[in-house]
Amino acid sequence: MKRAETLAGWGRSPVVPGCEVRSEDLPRITVGRPLTRGLGRSYGDSSLPAAGDPVVASAVLADRILAFDPDSGTLRAEAGLPLSDLYRLFLPRGWFVPVTPGTQFVTVGGMVASDIHGGNHHRDGCFGAHVTELRMRVADGRIVDCSRTEERDLFRATVGGMGLTGHILEVTFRMVRVSSPWLWGESERVRNVGEFVEVLGRAAADWPFTKGWIDCVSRGKNLGRGVMFRARWAQGAEAPAKPPTPKKGFTLPMNLPSWTLNRLTARVFNGLYYQTHPTRPASVIHPDVFFYPLDAIRHWNRVYGKKGFTQYQCVIPHSSGPRALTRFLEMVTRPGVVASPVCVIKDCGPEGDGLLSFPKSGISFAIDFPVRPWTQGLIDSLNDLVVGEGGRIYLAKDTFTRRDHFAKMEPRLAEWQSIRRQWDPEGRLRSAQSERLLDLGPTKGGSP
Amino acid sequence: MKIVVLGATKGMGRALARRLCERGDALFLLGRDPEDLSRSARDLEARAGRPAGSVGTAVCDLERPEGFAPALAAAEAGLGGLDTVVVTAGLFETQERLEADAELARRLLTVDFANTVVFCEEARRRLLARGAGTLCVFSSVAGERGRKPVVLYGAAKAGLSRYLEGLDHKFRAQGLRTICVKPGFVRTGMTEGLKTPPFAGEPDAVAARVVKAIDRGQPVVYAPGIWGLIMLVIRLLPRFVMRKIGF
Repeated sequence: MKRAETLAGWGRSPVVPGCEVRSEDLPRITVGRPLTRGLGRSYGDSSLPAAGDPVVASAVLADRILAFDPDSGTLRAEAGLPLSDLYRLFLPRGWFVPVTPGTQFVTVGGMVASDIHGGNHHRDGCFGAHVTELRMRVADGRIVDCSRTEERDLFRATVGGMGLTGHILEVTFRMVRVSSPWLWGESERVRNVGEFVEVLGRAAADWPFTKGWIDCVSRGKNLGRGVMFRARWAQGAEAPAKPPTPKKGFTLPMNLPSWTLNRLTARVFNGLYYQTHPTRPASVIHPDVFFYPLDAIRHWNRVYGKKGFTQYQCVIPHSSGPRALTRFLEMVTRPGVVASPVCVIKDCGPEGDGLLSFPKSGISFAIDFPVRPWTQGLIDSLNDLVVGEGGRIYLAKDTFTRRDHFAKMEPRLAEWQSIRRQWDPEGRLRSAQSERLLDLGPTKGGSP
Repeated sequence: MKIVVLGATKGMGRALARRLCERGDALFLLGRDPEDLSRSARDLEARAGRPAGSVGTAVCDLERPEGFAPALAAAEAGLGGLDTVVVTAGLFETQERLEADAELARRLLTVDFANTVVFCEEARRRLLARGAGTLCVFSSVAGERGRKPVVLYGAAKAGLSRYLEGLDHKFRAQGLRTICVKPGFVRTGMTEGLKTPPFAGEPDAVAARVVKAIDRGQPVVYAPGIWGLIMLVIRLLPRFVMRKIGF
């Protein structure tokens, strides 16, 4: 490391010693490195170096599209290609990524490593479901291609594998044809969480994109109220003649003081949001507004101040029923807890073939919490509930989950570990998150 | 426009080629590594929505002047004409390394000054033979003043900037527009590992300014723009001050 530098994820906590090596030649800079990092949009410590191994490769300059077949939609790209480029260049031509997360500032490599999901999970699954091939630099230095037919285990362990099975160099996946670059959608006010489960379920059959904003501050009769959004690509006359022009956002120029977000401001925001979002009949929607509302504020993570924040995202199986969801909401709205005003509820479809991929059939919540003395305790108790219900958390968001909780949530962990050990027996590939949550040490020798 | 770019596979050249291709210019790429050139050509085609193979490539290495004429001839043939030649390629090394390695210093001086000028001369002849054209070459703010961290690199770029200025004076009336781009510190693979100073720029912002300069035929362009002001101050500093500071 040439400079005393630090790295942090989107939540800006933790901040660890580390630096990135950047080059257009990703295959070269990944040699001997413990991890490759994309745009650093995972919230916690997924993209951060493990202690004592501070230099990670950065994929962001390796951003070329290597092939696009307009007949099949198959696109091959270097891992650092940002989603924002695909969105800007391909949507006006009638193509879109099969799955998008809530920000366009991610790389395709990161989309594979986190196996991101979006509003269409109930219908189309995760991004990994549409990936056909990966080119990787594995721990022993070789470059290996893997897919569902070639080195299948490596492929399954890499999709959602948080970059811990090898450096993702190139990604091949299928883009999808869209009927127009505009969306057509409607919104509906929802009074409580039970109703949410019902409207999400009902919308799933007819709408490819569904998600809800849920009030995670209000208690009592307003517990779990919110607004449900559903959309599909606009068709024929529904769409304006011109393609959507990118929305001009603004940049949050500096950290806001840590007290900016408190129970009172969160309450006021939630009240205003609820009141200003009545049930609305179907109309045309700008894709920026539906897919990437927070991208309009560059550096919105500065709202939480210097101490940073974490996002807690979990999925609770449908079989748990509304009682478990109510208990969850009671815990996050408890006095003393400050949840952010931006909470998302979504129903997930069945789990995919990525061995550490997050979604499984159930209801998912995503809630931001500032990093405070109470945050660890809150997440421990939320994890107790999630473990009890047979749910799990999303690694790309996580900072506070404990190793034993994670092991209890992940029945697939043993299989993932055994594949990972085949490809990296010496445990060279590591991250701050893997040190915290996973045991990636060298394969133990025989009995002593 | 029909544009040849030497150095489009990386950094500012990559960003510039993308902007030109996305807005509809026809491109031909020159560079050292055929495999890398072909990957960049496919990237540009996919971004601009053009059929595979429509962006041509040929090998051209600034260390091998005998290849300049054939490479430009291939480009001219591939494009069916030639309006603009862009040179973003060049070598960079820190002053420390150049002082320690005489051979490296000789190579850098040859590539960044003598051979770049030889390439430009070949491009000049071809553009003038067609009656008009634009030659856009990336020099550097490092050539503005003799400075401690860039004694050798800066000297090569100073020579290049002077050459481009003279060319512009002599041939503009005949239809050759010469554009000398002087980037400040830009975050690319070339500057990787260097301490990032204030006012560092991004390749795409530089590319946006250069596209405008090509369209207008602006003879000198600082990018990002703030570096024009910074270098104005640096040029005005008395010698004894320059000797004291480390900049």
